Amino acid sequence: MERVQKIAVPLAAIIAFLALWELIVWANNWPNYVMASPSDLPAAYARFWNLFLVMGWQTLWRTILGLALAVVFGTLLGMIMGFSKLARDALYPLLVGFNAVPKATLVPVLALLFIGQHDFNTVLMAFLISFFPIAVSVGIGLSTLEPEYRDILAALGASKFTIFRKIALPKTLPEFFGALKVSVTLAFIGTNLVEIVSPHGRGLGALFKSGETNGDYPLMFAVLIALAFLGILLYYGVVALEKIFAGWAERAPG
Amino acid sequence: MKHLIDIKGVSHAYKTKHGPLPVLDGLTVEVPKGEFCAVVGPSGCGKSTLTRLVSGLMRPDRGTVILDGQEVTSPRKTVGMAFQNPVMLEWRTILENVMLPLEIVAPEMKKSDAEARAMHLLEMVGLKGFENKRPSELSGGMRQRASLCRAIVHKPQVLIMDEPFGALDNFTREDLWQTMRDLRAAEPFTCVLITHDLRESVFLGDQVIVLSGRPARTQYVLNVDLPADRTIDILYDPKAVDMLHVLRDQIRIAQGRDGGLH
Ligand SMILES: Nc1ncnc2c1ncn2[C@@H]1O[C@H](COP(=O)(O)OP(=O)(O)OP(=O)(O)O)[C@@H](O)[C@H]1O
Ligand SMILES: [Mg+2]
Repeated sequence: MERVQKIAVPLAAIIAFLALWELIVWANNWPNYVMASPSDLPAAYARFWNLFLVMGWQTLWRTILGLALAVVFGTLLGMIMGFSKLARDALYPLLVGFNAVPKATLVPVLALLFIGQHDFNTVLMAFLISFFPIAVSVGIGLSTLEPEYRDILAALGASKFTIFRKIALPKTLPEFFGALKVSVTLAFIGTNLVEIVSPHGRGLGALFKSGETNGDYPLMFAVLIALAFLGILLYYGVVALEKIFAGWAERAPG
Repeated sequence: MKHLIDIKGVSHAYKTKHGPLPVLDGLTVEVPKGEFCAVVGPSGCGKSTLTRLVSGLMRPDRGTVILDGQEVTSPRKTVGMAFQNPVMLEWRTILENVMLPLEIVAPEMKKSDAEARAMHLLEMVGLKGFENKRPSELSGGMRQRASLCRAIVHKPQVLIMDEPFGALDNFTREDLWQTMRDLRAAEPFTCVLITHDLRESVFLGDQVIVLSGRPARTQYVLNVDLPADRTIDILYDPKAVDMLHVLRDQIRIAQGRDGGLH
């Protein structure tokens, strides 16, 4: 019963949303070159299904690769900031400044630096936009580790590395996954940003742009829905990983 | 007679914003092998600092701490510690928490042996059936029991406890005193117990050391000559009652509130 409810309720909400959308388009009598309605979408998917698969895969793997790099780099940076107050003081303003720069401004910079390296640029952008939350959360998690935790092992003469591996690392996992949920969405945005803006881009972003160039509104909306679907997929992928590795932090229901 | 723990003229000061804060001043404590040494003293006088010095987590400014004939310069595997705040690793089960020190001290030990050892202790403290629970599913008293198991799972020579029962209600505390007594009977270890409960110090201790106010010195040493197999009732024995009176007076002196009552 509970399982059914877990799937049925959000599904009902999505169907209600689509129905409302359809209703508004119908009530305003908008033609599909002003605003597409959900009933226009199946035709668009049927016509371009192979493009959706190919482009969707492009977007997916670049996002995941960019995010994976962000996890590695962000965790390392967070460890450095977590263990050294000097590094924390030195790097924090720099990081905040970097994070504040709107990433759209980096697209032309990257495009000029690495001309024609579309895959590389896309992955790089996904990485650049998403490592910040991970670095900050790991850094804060490590620097605020209560001394009582450290002392359990320190009193036995355990090395700093052992204490990190057995205590500090697992203890920061909940914060890490909290940040990863933010980062996965950011990486996805970064990937699409480059795909849409680059000339001769690939991925769902490029498909969106070709819909725009050709005035194919149903295609544009079909891409948006596909993006939303991929976004949900990625997010719940992270949630599943969180359940496996940090499920202990979840409070019992009630 | 050779002592297992020899604290000789130990002085220590913390560096603070307002200059050095002397905490211990020429402290001397001797604990023979197998003895139970209870330490009482006013709040903030430096008791926790003493445990950190004996365990080697810190080094004193002056004086020496000698453990089993060797000066303590860094933490040792032969020491077990139980803290006032019984922090448990929430991502591990109770059994895995108790096994943690073995992973550091005896990494070559077989997992099944480590498990058997931890299970044996959990059974002794009455936590059988809870080994696969998470720490958050246990009450404070149960967590403290588990933390005791963790402190002695690697059969340390010395067990150091910093107000381990301080946050518990009276009945749970008396239960744990008896658990402590049984554990010691089963596998002897030398013990230093910091406490603010005088009844606890008399029930468990072979000697009770009263520290003066900060900076702490040894102000008074009480030898508890009560039989080893004590029950809670012994605290109503006239001998024990006398000792409690003496300790009460000594604490009053340590707090700088001598007199008035005699
Ligand atoms: N790391 C530190 N830096 C500076 N001062 C400290 C530090 N740790 C403890 N102190 C101070 O040293 C004094 C003794 O501390 P300690 O924790 O040893 O006392 P205690 O006897 O255990 O107190 P309590 O009975 O409250 O547990 C206290 O005044 C405390 O404020
Ligand atoms: Mg203390």
